[in-house]
Amino acid sequence: MNINTVSGTAGSVKSNNLQLGMLLLKLRTFIALFLVVVYFSIMAPNFLSMANMLIMVKHVAIYAFLAIGMTFVIITGGIDLSVGSIVGLAGMVAGGLIYNGLHIPFMNVTIYFHLPMVILITLAVGIACGALNGFLITRFKVAPFIATLGLLYIARGAALLLSDGKTFPNLVGSEKLGNTGFPWLGSGTILGIPLSICILVVLGLAAAYLAKCTPLGRHIYSVGGNERAALLSGVRVNRVKMFVYMFAGFCAAIAGLIIASQLVASHPASGETFELTAIAAAVLGGTSLAGGRGTIGGTIIGALVIGVLGDGMVMMGVSTFWQMVIKGIVIVAAVVVDQFQRDLQSRVALAED
Amino acid sequence: MSENENGNIILKARDITKLYPGTVALNGVDFNVYRGKVNVLVGENGAGKSTLTKILAGVEVPTKGVLQLEGEDVRIQSFHDAASYGIGMIHQELNLFPNMNVAENIFVAREIATAGIHIDHKTQVEHAQKLLDRLEADIDATAQVADLRIGQQQMVEIAKALALDTRILIMDEPTSALSAAEVDVLFRVIGDLKKHGVSIVYISHRLEELVKIGDYITVLRDGNLMQEAPMKDIDVPWIIANMVGDDNDREIKHASTSTGEEVLRVENLRLARVSGGFTVDHLNFTLCRGEILGIYGLMGAGRSELFECLMGLQKEVKGNVLIEGKDITIGTVDDHIRAGLALIPEDRQREGLVQVLDVSNNMTLSSIRKFRKWIHIQNDKLKKAVHTMISDLSIKVASPQVLISSLSGGNQQKVVIGKALLTEPKVLLMDEPTRGIDVGAKGDVFGIMNKLAARGLGIIFVTSELKEIMAISDRIMVMSKGKITGEYLREEATEEMIVAASASGHKVTEHSLH
Repeated sequence: MNINTVSGTAGSVKSNNLQLGMLLLKLRTFIALFLVVVYFSIMAPNFLSMANMLIMVKHVAIYAFLAIGMTFVIITGGIDLSVGSIVGLAGMVAGGLIYNGLHIPFMNVTIYFHLPMVILITLAVGIACGALNGFLITRFKVAPFIATLGLLYIARGAALLLSDGKTFPNLVGSEKLGNTGFPWLGSGTILGIPLSICILVVLGLAAAYLAKCTPLGRHIYSVGGNERAALLSGVRVNRVKMFVYMFAGFCAAIAGLIIASQLVASHPASGETFELTAIAAAVLGGTSLAGGRGTIGGTIIGALVIGVLGDGMVMMGVSTFWQMVIKGIVIVAAVVVDQFQRDLQSRVALAED
Repeated sequence: MSENENGNIILKARDITKLYPGTVALNGVDFNVYRGKVNVLVGENGAGKSTLTKILAGVEVPTKGVLQLEGEDVRIQSFHDAASYGIGMIHQELNLFPNMNVAENIFVAREIATAGIHIDHKTQVEHAQKLLDRLEADIDATAQVADLRIGQQQMVEIAKALALDTRILIMDEPTSALSAAEVDVLFRVIGDLKKHGVSIVYISHRLEELVKIGDYITVLRDGNLMQEAPMKDIDVPWIIANMVGDDNDREIKHASTSTGEEVLRVENLRLARVSGGFTVDHLNFTLCRGEILGIYGLMGAGRSELFECLMGLQKEVKGNVLIEGKDITIGTVDDHIRAGLALIPEDRQREGLVQVLDVSNNMTLSSIRKFRKWIHIQNDKLKKAVHTMISDLSIKVASPQVLISSLSGGNQQKVVIGKALLTEPKVLLMDEPTRGIDVGAKGDVFGIMNKLAARGLGIIFVTSELKEIMAISDRIMVMSKGKITGEYLREEATEEMIVAASASGHKVTEHSLH
């Protein structure tokens, strides 16, 4: 009896410490972001200026779009390596439609679409790429890594083919053809806030809502947590997988549109290696590559950490080589801490037992 | 205790205490392992049996206390320490590599290799086959473990432990996945091991089994040692009284509530096997509202496959499945759930639960659509349903937001049942619903089954435990090699009839093979 009471108190003190540790660990990405911002605002003048902040968030937004799509894919236990290439392809599709129009050979006509139509077609192309990924993965049981690796090459090749490897320049459109306004996507503002940031806020909220409050969201987590149990519970596993890859393609197409618009030109190589940054942002934000765990909020903060770190280092004049080394260290450290948290979590679970 | 008896103790655990943050798993427990005897360890889930055996096997290190092997203090701090003292353990969870073959699994990490690099597959397979034959297990040593049924995998696990020259063999619920025939073989093997001087520590929830096989019994409750006694002095009620602390009548009873109104009809259901023949062989049966139909059969009799067919998991199924006269044979799992079928799978961990999610999310996984408005989940409605289910099934859980993995086996099983019930099924399919849960939780599960049947649900349940099937079923169906080989009302069924029917198909095939 004596032993019981003594160890009981000792246990509860210990478990309080554990709880606190858990809380700090759960907020780790936030803390990392805070530290990064504080460090750069001391070291780099103008870092905290409004103008600089907006520029940084605009950079971050590109990665964040991809990372949001990637998060859902990773939560289902998959991976999507093709999003960077879809960014390039989407830019080229939009650029091509504005610069060259759609040429239909046998009727010998060239159609120039209005801007909303261009955007819709581009988004549809992104979704179609994702659907192809999903189809290969669900219908033919191709491993996600391989299926999307294939799409990585196919989409990039298609982007290069569209212009024979050249850039579509000066995508302002012409009054006569009625397809002006494309640069507005990248440079426009709503109430003084850059449009890309507005889109990010809307997409982020929608994705977070989807994850937390809809049946589809619950199904995404269950597929990643235990596919067999999900199947036996009546979750339509293949549909869920189709959705996440199509959504990732959709997000990539948005990023492609915005990059092309910001540059007022589309280059077939744009978006190269972006898929890796997106994976890094998701992982940094606490998404588990084993599936079943991750949040949209975490991912966006993860993207902010990577983006702010990158831009801050540029402002301080750190060499690009060192930038790569430091980014790599941050990503690996994030996964190590994640693993540590999981060990701790199982100990807390034991304590609650 | 006399000096003489002390000499017969090969391993002695003294005053073992194990603390986890916030809990005392073991509180000053003494445990004796008698030489060449079967030392039974019982207790409800959470009593500390697994912790104690893990300490003996070097998986866990005690917070306090000593282990004495042959009277000498020893420190066992790792699996390798334990192995070097000749202590081996068969864990409750299967620890096999599904991607390797049986022989490779048996000799994993101590491969028979020439010059330490070239694995001698031929010798390994020969040795493995010898071990399997000794277990009378009809398993090919070159078969992939992934292709074996759980019962067969359990046999491989036992063979793996036998391959080590163990002096003390710890078996944590070795029979939970075995059929009656396989259990008999295992008991013969245990008898054989005893003759060779191997001491056995044996954990099981099947009390009749313990009385049959055990020589000494130790009862744990809430981390405390309750009693130690030679098995010949005690009986099942004594064990239960010490385990649960009172003399509650936990006998399972069932009064028939069948309405005679047909809810499920299965016509000519069949599932072809890749290697020819049928896994589910032209089955015909019906189920009424409020009826409990028990299906008994050995491993590989096609019971689980039958459930898979009924749930729409097998695409190649032929024949008809009708719910209230509506044909639902072709369709996805989701369609079948909507039609009113729900499955409690055999393997809770692998098929029933999503470990990374909490209790609430696991429980509502099948029925989440019920709580939505457009695409929005109505949280208050969902919370209320989960709370009602938790109290209905008396699930012991601090909050619905607790991770599912922190619950005991019995409570996890209740969550799986809750998940099925939230879909408001008309027919409930339960595959080994009491596997690996303690006596108290078993009683609860049967109580729930009775309550549901009384509410008009049709229940089909599969079990390998004769006592259970005799007690709770209105009607008993016996399967063997995919066929129905016997069907009895409870009143007319005897254990002998059921066992005979479950083996009948096997004799036929043996004849046809030779």
